Amino acid sequence: MPLLSRLHGNRGLQIALGLLFGVAFGFLLQKGGVTNYNVIIGQLLLTDFTVLKVMLSAVIVGMIGYHFLKHTGYVQSHAAEGTIGSNVIGGLIFGVGFALLGYCPGTVAGAVGTGALDALIGGFGGLIIGVAIFVEVFPRIKGILSRGPFPVVTVPELLGLNQWVTVIIMEIVMIGFLWFLTWLGY
Amino acid sequence: MLVNVTTGLLFDTTWSPYLVGAGIGILVCLALLLSDRPIGCSSGYVKVRGLIGRAIDSRHIEKKEYYRDVAPVVDWSLALIPGIVIGAFISSMLSGTFQVIVVPALWSATFGSNAAGRIAVALAGGVLLALGARWAGGCTSGHGISGSIQLSLASMITAACFFAGGIATAMFLFYVIG
Repeated sequence: MPLLSRLHGNRGLQIALGLLFGVAFGFLLQKGGVTNYNVIIGQLLLTDFTVLKVMLSAVIVGMIGYHFLKHTGYVQSHAAEGTIGSNVIGGLIFGVGFALLGYCPGTVAGAVGTGALDALIGGFGGLIIGVAIFVEVFPRIKGILSRGPFPVVTVPELLGLNQWVTVIIMEIVMIGFLWFLTWLGY
Repeated sequence: MLVNVTTGLLFDTTWSPYLVGAGIGILVCLALLLSDRPIGCSSGYVKVRGLIGRAIDSRHIEKKEYYRDVAPVVDWSLALIPGIVIGAFISSMLSGTFQVIVVPALWSATFGSNAAGRIAVALAGGVLLALGARWAGGCTSGHGISGSIQLSLASMITAACFFAGGIATAMFLFYVIG
């Protein structure tokens, strides 16, 4: 797609697009209530399932859209190899931070927009310090990051199934889970 | 009629989480199509830190191995962050819910309204959040949504770990300490 690659290569236009995507994303996050500390902590305490409902709905819709676009050649996969040392350890460290801060890197920016100063001072401040620490220790933890590679890149490879069959199974599981949540009264 | 429904929707305090999720799913697909990028928020902070560092001491930043892979420049991923701030600001103004707060309600109900305590814990959380996100190569949006959409095994495992660590820590914080 020559038009799309020209668009992808236009630096100035991409910065403007990044800003626009951010505005739309921040708008949706706020309307969904997930820029609110109480809602996010409610999810982690398993008393409020708004965060999971938003995320699963995004994946339910996005998974079909993405695979359709990939099938027609308009987008390419960004799925990368993972390791226990990187994804599991990093994910758990992230989880601890997620609960202490009560926001994630995207919703913290949204919370700043709604007037939350704990997100501005603690969140933005902590994130910048955390990045600085990571950049310092990166050369020393590279060995850990590559330890325990996962055998495959994608779920269809893991299950040994056709990509579309996997998509359909995943869609049924996710929709079923959301239905189950509402059936439970959440 | 349609105009009334649309403007009414803009002023609504909250939207259905399913509607919001569907919108985010479409947004992630559009970002892959128009920008060839999965929507992910954590790399933007790497650029901010790199740019701040470069303004203070450029040699120090250029020496860092990580910044050879992730160049500290203004780009799509950095622009996303101020975009989110602006988008959430517009939305909260239209909703009539914009409010300057330091201590969220759920926090003060358990730990009191001391601002310094909340900021200190938030700061520690922010540090671990950035460390974990870079360690795992993405955050809730990058792995949790964009990666899962692409059926990435690593992204789904990472998202499960976000919630496992988050649920355990939140329960400990609110039910054991609090």
